[in-house]
Amino acid sequence: MATTNAIQASGLGHLSDATRKRLQRKARIDVWFERTLFAFAFAVLLLLGAIIASLMFSSWPAIQRYGLDFFTENRWAANVEVFGALPAIYGTLLTSFIAIVIAVPVSFGIAIFLTEQCPGFLRQPLGTLIELLAGIPSIIYGMWGMEVLAPLLRTWFPTVFPAGTGLATAGIILAVMIIPFITAVTRDVINTVPAVMRESAYGLGCTTWEVTRRVILPSVKGGLVGGVVLGLGRALGETMAVTFVIGNNLFLSTTLTGQGTSIAALIANQFSESDGTQRSALLALGLILFLITFAVLAFARYLLRNSTGRHA
Amino acid sequence: MTADIHLDQKRDTGAVEAAAVSQIATKLRVNDLNLYYGKFQAINNVTMEIPERQVTAFIGPSGCGKSTLIRCFNRIHDLYEGIRTEGQILLDEHDIYDSGIDLNLLRSRVGMVFQKPTPFPMSVFDNVAFGIRLYEKLSARDLEERVEWALRKAALWNEVKDKLKQSGQALSGGQQQRLCIARTIAVKPEVILLDEPTSALDPISTGYIEDLINELKKDYTIVIVTHNMQQAARISDITAFMYLGSLIECDDTTKIFTQPKESRTEDYITGRYG
Repeated sequence: MATTNAIQASGLGHLSDATRKRLQRKARIDVWFERTLFAFAFAVLLLLGAIIASLMFSSWPAIQRYGLDFFTENRWAANVEVFGALPAIYGTLLTSFIAIVIAVPVSFGIAIFLTEQCPGFLRQPLGTLIELLAGIPSIIYGMWGMEVLAPLLRTWFPTVFPAGTGLATAGIILAVMIIPFITAVTRDVINTVPAVMRESAYGLGCTTWEVTRRVILPSVKGGLVGGVVLGLGRALGETMAVTFVIGNNLFLSTTLTGQGTSIAALIANQFSESDGTQRSALLALGLILFLITFAVLAFARYLLRNSTGRHA
Repeated sequence: MTADIHLDQKRDTGAVEAAAVSQIATKLRVNDLNLYYGKFQAINNVTMEIPERQVTAFIGPSGCGKSTLIRCFNRIHDLYEGIRTEGQILLDEHDIYDSGIDLNLLRSRVGMVFQKPTPFPMSVFDNVAFGIRLYEKLSARDLEERVEWALRKAALWNEVKDKLKQSGQALSGGQQQRLCIARTIAVKPEVILLDEPTSALDPISTGYIEDLINELKKDYTIVIVTHNMQQAARISDITAFMYLGSLIECDDTTKIFTQPKESRTEDYITGRYG
């Protein structure tokens, strides 16, 4: 066995038999340990490949039938077998965009407050509360959005939100849902900035704002991008809460507050009752969502590499 | 900037004062200072004077309170909770613990360099310009001149003049520390606190920084904490020995190292404990 040879070659040949047996056994276990780890890691890759392959396979009929029209057709009308992904793609991107625009400043603010300003006795409880927020099931956000938020918006801003539900409403719900994620990541990466970095900045006479803006945030650029992308990934794929409040209008509505749909909501609404071309088209939508999230992640990786490459 | 004008006047009069060696002004005066971390008393009734434009070194075993003490001089302790001080610290005879004091202004007058180099995540130039931009509105040309001046003072100019736009964090450890010193002196503070500035550096970089301290004391009041007694002996005018939170002895460096009054000081400098 290779390990035995290695032990002998290393000049340890004079070991007692018992010791040598023990070493060999340890080495054998290690080999199997490594193989097992590799198998686990490889299984994930395999699974990923299988999912992509099956998505492509099942969506092929729709892609073949509609080609590029699938992306430009602005309605999803099952009764006349016209399936356009545009309303859903638009809805997914727009709601996520709104969510990020709202959630990022708020989350950064909370995280900076927690790390820089919050009195010690509040830090732990506040942080835990925010983490708990991340644990609320999305269906509850959905019900809350439909029962509370949408009627409120309709009453307060009847001209902007005539129906209460809509793309912007979904964006707001998504923002609330991803704030805990972005906050938690941001807080953790800010905490990695060494205390003496902070002290040197304060030591030069910086105010809290200057320290935060010029020294702390730039020090953890990469981590911040990571947190935002984590939130964005969740927003793009979120299904239940969005389905409740987005309005489920299958015709493209290019206003911010109009009713629309998203990829995940459309699939959730129609998949169980679909067959044939419709099911294939829904699977194609799924493939698109998959590609969008993948692209977002890849883009984040790229940003991370550029921002930390030299002095990580 | 008022602090700046104030400082320049100081320098002019300083030339005159230097002639009368015995008349060294007191820059910092510590009166009955006690400091508590929660219930633990880390500094015990310290009273001392730090003379202007001299190098004052603090020596003593780890945990004796020397870093804690000099961190009072720019009130960096205020960043943390649970630290309480009693007593007075006077900077030019004004109590820095007065309620009316502007902390940011105080810290621009009392600069600090830490044990670990802490270049900010920006270019070499911006690192040095950072503090200047906080307090002064200089034209681009004046700013460049000031940055060059600070880098020259810190004996770093020749090594970085071609890579001013490069990240400060890409420099070597010794260069980073000199960059931090340049950043500190660029704002023209009156006092520079150095908290074991060379303990993470190789002997060559250490040599640079010691020469630098010698050069800087013409203009600045220097306070240095060091674990290295040879270093204290080489570069300081006054040496203060601390032990278990108390100031045991503070005197001319030559006296401390040749004929200390206290047996504990002698024990420490001869390596019997610590």
